[in-house]
Amino acid sequence: MRFTIERRLEQPRWLAVAVPIGSLLFALVVAGVVLLVTGHDPISTYRQLFDAAFISSGALDQTLIAATPLAFTGLAAAAAFRMRLFNIGAEGQLYMGAIVGAAAGLYFGGRGGPSAFVIAAMVVAGCLGGMAWGSIPGVLRAFLGTSEILTSLMLNYVAAYILTYLIFQSESYWRQTTGFNAKVFPTGKPLPPDAIWPSWTLNAQGGIGIPLGALLAVLVAVVLWVLYRRMRFGFEVQVLGDSDGAARYAGVRTRRKILAVMAISGAIAGLGGVSQDGDFRHALDGDPNGLQKQAYGYTGIVVAALARYNPFACLVVAFLLGGLNNAGNALQGADFPSGLVGVIEGIILFSALGGELLVRHRVRISRTAHAPAATEPAQ
Amino acid sequence: MSGVNNSLIVALIASGVAYGTPLLFGSLGELLAERSGVLNLGVEGMMLVGAVMGFWTVQRVHAGAAVALTAAVLVAALSGAAMALIHAFLVITLRANQIVSGLALTIFAGAVGLSSYLGNDLNLADVPASHSFHAIFPSSMQSWPIVGPIAFGQNALVYLSWACVAAVAYYLARTRPGLNVRAVGEAPGAADAMGIDVAKYRYAHTLAGGAFAGVAGSTFTLAITPQWVNGITGGAGWIAIALVIFAFWRPELCLVGAYFFGSLQALAPELQARNISLGPTELWTNSIPYVATVVVLVLVSWRGASRRLGAPAALGSPYVREEVS
Repeated sequence: MRFTIERRLEQPRWLAVAVPIGSLLFALVVAGVVLLVTGHDPISTYRQLFDAAFISSGALDQTLIAATPLAFTGLAAAAAFRMRLFNIGAEGQLYMGAIVGAAAGLYFGGRGGPSAFVIAAMVVAGCLGGMAWGSIPGVLRAFLGTSEILTSLMLNYVAAYILTYLIFQSESYWRQTTGFNAKVFPTGKPLPPDAIWPSWTLNAQGGIGIPLGALLAVLVAVVLWVLYRRMRFGFEVQVLGDSDGAARYAGVRTRRKILAVMAISGAIAGLGGVSQDGDFRHALDGDPNGLQKQAYGYTGIVVAALARYNPFACLVVAFLLGGLNNAGNALQGADFPSGLVGVIEGIILFSALGGELLVRHRVRISRTAHAPAATEPAQ
Repeated sequence: MSGVNNSLIVALIASGVAYGTPLLFGSLGELLAERSGVLNLGVEGMMLVGAVMGFWTVQRVHAGAAVALTAAVLVAALSGAAMALIHAFLVITLRANQIVSGLALTIFAGAVGLSSYLGNDLNLADVPASHSFHAIFPSSMQSWPIVGPIAFGQNALVYLSWACVAAVAYYLARTRPGLNVRAVGEAPGAADAMGIDVAKYRYAHTLAGGAFAGVAGSTFTLAITPQWVNGITGGAGWIAIALVIFAFWRPELCLVGAYFFGSLQALAPELQARNISLGPTELWTNSIPYVATVVVLVLVSWRGASRRLGAPAALGSPYVREEVS
């Protein structure tokens, strides 16, 4: 028996659907084995997860809250990874968006102007904050050829320290300095009421709130889709991602594309950060055990990879992983140690990566020990 | 005499060696994998699993300190290698994208994944280690000026890491398998034609890289801060990857780089211990290792210098016999 792996000349349509579903099922089986080994019942764990994520009262409301930041970071990663620009700095770009966005909310809010103006200013500021932070690795890559992978990642740690510094180690503009609580535990200054983002409630499951951030994420997905599928810019970005040389022969300006894509990616992540301020936290959250514990930026990479960098698929995957995260939080305890969600996500990602092979290649099993001749083309 | 040893510079170098040891182990391992042509961005994840498993072993093995600690380091190495096996299978056998697979490994194994799960499930948080590595030389030698704290005030893992640097350097430069690895990383097609099993070499060195990363992780939980804290490595795995570039893929330069970055990491605790503050001290002392990594990466990648300075030519690309890349 011998296995040979050959490149497929044509990729059958049905495989593009069957392989992801197969990968997901495979991942659930493997994660089930991990659960069994560590002494948990996989079936009941999965049932509890599904209930807490989508079925029980208030589940979808919480799932949307968990999914919104993942949609942003997933879209941010997808926008960059599409061009093989591995921006893994969404985490830090999100913090920067949260910092600059909160500054705009604190500055423009509470002055009697229209709330829509304050919110618009926050959105712009959040995008600019993330864009600026994402442009650092972008500029270094475009002009000096420094790999964006490590630089974008290192800046995550720097951004986290800046965030902690602003709330815990200094009397900054963002910090609540008056009142009893401010002396006991440092917190961010609360945003004025007109800087808090609206949400719309659906009458189901005891009320499902649709945050403004979730709608913005959908809007971003549409814009990205148009940009990448319907415009020259996106076409050139994809050519660059597939073949650097071909793109250069065709006269694509590589440097500009790198700068633009890193800026776009950073801006989307920054929007996710300001949505945390305006939608959910209503202040700048500098607690090392708060926003920084959520690892939204890293999970965004999982979202983008599972969605195969398709913007609309990012929204769906973000919703599903948001459900998983929400269920993980709801169930956290002795039966359901934290970290389990990350394990399940990692296994899903691994099996999706392995599944890619089946989309692009065929596995041939032959009885004889002879490998097919090297000159024989794959059928 | 003790005045010299208490000076900030000696203290920084001495703790720089201690803090640099996990960076050194991690970058030696990554160097081996990269020399065979496999980029593994999962170092942070492998380190954390090594850290948690090493700590677990030392708590569970009821034996003398030497036995328990040796067992812990071995278990850490094995668990790091087990994590690396996932990456090796995906990128060597299944030809997945090395960058995405490495990121996936860090997410799977890292601070929000397996290491955190194990730490919680095995109830390892908030307990001190039952044994930990201490300085092995007598205190009279440690009080020698300058060399005392730096060279003789260290624990066994530090000296082990020195032996590993020498071993890896000798292996790559002077042994047949070592030369074969370099061929596999530079020109897998030519190596294959010479009769070298490319896949086997890549598997072996990716796994060895994982084992080194596992030991690196256990250095945190058994020597530097002998306890388990979620995400205890704090990005050391990523700095280790950057160090390989900084060291131009040469083991002896990994040592220099590791201690440089170790000293930068030691800045925050050493300044705090001395009550020295300069502006926003916590902010800049905590950030400086990461900022320095960016600066160093910029310097070494200037005009694609890394290609000339020793990056394996086939780094990051899968090898398939019929397909010439």
